[in-house]
Amino acid sequence: MSVADNQAAAGRGSAQAVAVLSAIGRFLAIAVTTYLGLLAVTFFIGRVIPIDPVLAVLGDRAPTAVVERTRREMGLDLPLIEQFYIYVKSALSGDFGTSVLTTNPVMADIRRVFPATLELATLGTIIGAVIGVPLGVLAAVKRGSFIDQIVRIIGLIGYSVPIFWLGLLGLVLFYAKLQWVAFPARLDVVYEYTFTPITGFYLLDAAMQGQWDVFYDAFRHIILPAALLGYFSLAYISRMTRSFMLNELTQEYIVAARAKGLSETRIIWGHALRNAAVPMVTVIALSYAGLLEGSVLTETVFSWPGIGLYITNSLQNADMNAVLGGTIVIGSVFIAINLFSDLLYRVLDPRTKAR
Amino acid sequence: MSAQPILTRREWLLSDRPASRMQARLGRAYVAWRRFSANRLALLGLLIIIALLVVAALADVLAPYSPTIGDLKNARLLAPGAAHWFGTDDLGRDIYSRIVYGSRWTLYVVILVAIIAAPIGLLVGTVAGYAGGWTDAILMRVTDIFLAFPKLVLALAFVAALGPGIENAVLAIAITSWPPYARIARAETLTVRNSDYIKAVQLMGASPFRIVLRHIMPLCISSLIIRVTLDMAGIILTAAGLGFLGLGAQPPLPEWGAMIASGRRFILDQWWVAGAPGGAILIVSLGFNLLGDGLRDALDPRSGDQ
Amino acid sequence: MSTLLDVEDLRVTYPTRTGVIEAVRGVSFQLGRERLGIVGESGSGKSQTGRAIMGLTPPQAQVSAKKLAFDGIDLMAASPRERRALRGNRIAMILQDPKYSLDPVMSIGRQIVETLRAHERVSKAEARERALAMLEAVQIRDPARVFDLHPHEVSGGMGQRAMIAMMLIAGPELMIADEPTSALDVTVQLDVLKILDKLVAERGMGLIFISHDLRLVSSFCDRVIVMYAGKVVEQIKASELRNAQHPYTLGLLDCMPRIDADRHPLPVLDRKPEWAA
Repeated sequence: MSVADNQAAAGRGSAQAVAVLSAIGRFLAIAVTTYLGLLAVTFFIGRVIPIDPVLAVLGDRAPTAVVERTRREMGLDLPLIEQFYIYVKSALSGDFGTSVLTTNPVMADIRRVFPATLELATLGTIIGAVIGVPLGVLAAVKRGSFIDQIVRIIGLIGYSVPIFWLGLLGLVLFYAKLQWVAFPARLDVVYEYTFTPITGFYLLDAAMQGQWDVFYDAFRHIILPAALLGYFSLAYISRMTRSFMLNELTQEYIVAARAKGLSETRIIWGHALRNAAVPMVTVIALSYAGLLEGSVLTETVFSWPGIGLYITNSLQNADMNAVLGGTIVIGSVFIAINLFSDLLYRVLDPRTKAR
Repeated sequence: MSAQPILTRREWLLSDRPASRMQARLGRAYVAWRRFSANRLALLGLLIIIALLVVAALADVLAPYSPTIGDLKNARLLAPGAAHWFGTDDLGRDIYSRIVYGSRWTLYVVILVAIIAAPIGLLVGTVAGYAGGWTDAILMRVTDIFLAFPKLVLALAFVAALGPGIENAVLAIAITSWPPYARIARAETLTVRNSDYIKAVQLMGASPFRIVLRHIMPLCISSLIIRVTLDMAGIILTAAGLGFLGLGAQPPLPEWGAMIASGRRFILDQWWVAGAPGGAILIVSLGFNLLGDGLRDALDPRSGDQ
Repeated sequence: MSTLLDVEDLRVTYPTRTGVIEAVRGVSFQLGRERLGIVGESGSGKSQTGRAIMGLTPPQAQVSAKKLAFDGIDLMAASPRERRALRGNRIAMILQDPKYSLDPVMSIGRQIVETLRAHERVSKAEARERALAMLEAVQIRDPARVFDLHPHEVSGGMGQRAMIAMMLIAGPELMIADEPTSALDVTVQLDVLKILDKLVAERGMGLIFISHDLRLVSSFCDRVIVMYAGKVVEQIKASELRNAQHPYTLGLLDCMPRIDADRHPLPVLDRKPEWAA
């Protein structure tokens, strides 16, 4: 071993610490500015675009005295910048105001409905990754083959079909005609009142309490919307897996692995996929974030009581506090996942560690 | 003048020494077209988009019934048949005619969004890329912030504030679609910013405004067109989603997403009411996706075999 | 001297949209337990010859030969499975740049062990022991530490030594080294070559040394094949290189600058189409 190697090893420790610190600093700066940006945009939507936010809340038939009082209560007589400061402060403490529709604090409502969305998106992503990754690998290995064409078509349709329409057709086929799945809801009415959730993830809760009849019922309700979201995730994941794998398979270390006499199976799954896995994690995280968004339309179709349905219900009732609160929450999770996947990429790739 | 060998049109187009700028341009277009037309799926996409344009233009001729006024007495919720190809809806309107007229709204949304979002992205990206420094840092931070947002949810919030309607839906979609264009335009700008010919233009005293407008923007156009085409499907789907939620086009406009929403109530018994417009959305989005893929393969030199 | 490898009229062609590209056009040579150098410019088909012997040409390539036999085994008739059993086990190959030819996300030790366990049934502990011994054999001083390092954490010279260890661990009889030192710093080139030379000599292996550097090859090999445009233009003992006949070989020899003589301007390599005919 050369002297230079030893020196490099010794210097690596402190250099690495500095690199990690500056990476964390940059990471936090991005997180903070992005979140402030999100709040600025929702503030703009809620306070600047409407001609009179008071009328938006009270309706145009409220007496003048009430309008004036509400205006002061909402802080609308203050300069915009001060309003924004108050807005950011309350948003950071989780205060998005009160929902006109449910009369609860918006945050309380969201806390109640959010697990349903997470459960749906999580199951969808699992379905998408478990099927999508192998499909993408096969498509790349057998480039131009029948399976490659199938993956291409799955991807094209996934990028072209309206999700809510496919959901409706799925209901017609699997619920009405074949009766394989249950009607649009989270549970049958019988269980709605007898079942006490713990985490809000019904599949998990039912399994933890050993209530397998509830588990089965919850499964029959969730499987169709989850499969639908899973399809969109699959379309994206398989397409990206294919292109990452094609890239890895042309690398020299694949030739070296062949020269070692390894089997193709080992080369593909043990070497190429392990390398492709690093960017794949980012893709799967982004797909998860995408499904949270996709849930807005899916939940509407399947009457799934998650944040998507909450937002659309509030929209139809002009409940701006609830709409903006929901937007901020989905946006925050979206930003968090984006940043987290970026971080994960650095952790997973051994090449970035030393730098 | 010496006798020039007579060239076939093909030879003239593929000439190594084009005699005019026109010939060079036509030659390049010809090469791109040959690559594009070798891709059968891309041709299918082009065909679908041309069909969409024709249907939208000739809607008055092609539609046998009015898109908005139905026969409430005799023709409610009829199944597809000879008189009504795709059946009728709950107000007795011919679904085929509504889909034909609906193509106009689809085009309206797609074109307006492209006209609003692409120039914004182009401007932000080229200015950021050419100016560099703080301008670049700030503009790109804003772009990244918008990129980090969930598009559909943000569009929902915008429409909620602006009020439902197709114009507001267009605006909301445009506001959420420009950031990727800015990214692309900036990347293209950075690759040419320090090239010698830009230096030459600077030496000749051209203003930064002129350089960006005349020498940088044109170079970004082709990659921007590819990206916009690929985004068209997403725009259509978002617009349809807004329509489905009742935030986009308002009744009685024959917009496809809104048509699905109104057919939803009858989905279990009269599936065609919601089925047909969804099929139309699928076909048109597929057309844009195929066309975009084909354009990218034909125009993007990185993916070509040059 | 027994024949280890017998190549006769080897051809590698690539069908493309615009026509057939002939990368290797009728190469013949025999190899015993000796060191053979193959020299040529890039595109001369020297790497393609090596890869065809390994059976590592890309799927679209068409390989044909009147005879391609390793130790009496007809490689053209062998099934993919049989060829795979030979690779790494009896015929091995060293690639040019360890930066790209080692798997970036797998530790060096695991990559060495992997070769061994692909061909022999050995316990994990024994495989580790032998890998460490092999790392020591390529003169890595702290094998236990390097065993757990990832390729990006070692220098190019050490990476290439790890590559040699990885390819020698199963005890091959023929080694194909494709430009094994071209990507390395000049200072470590000689170290790596010496290690390779020593191991090849100790184990009595055959070596095919592919390079563009005629002087390096002639100082290192017993025999030299000069390739041009997919053909062998000259085959000569390294010791008799000064008696080379072919103008291309002479050109390759002549285009090196010398310290003792003023050579200005440097002669440029001649390329005559009739050589390729």
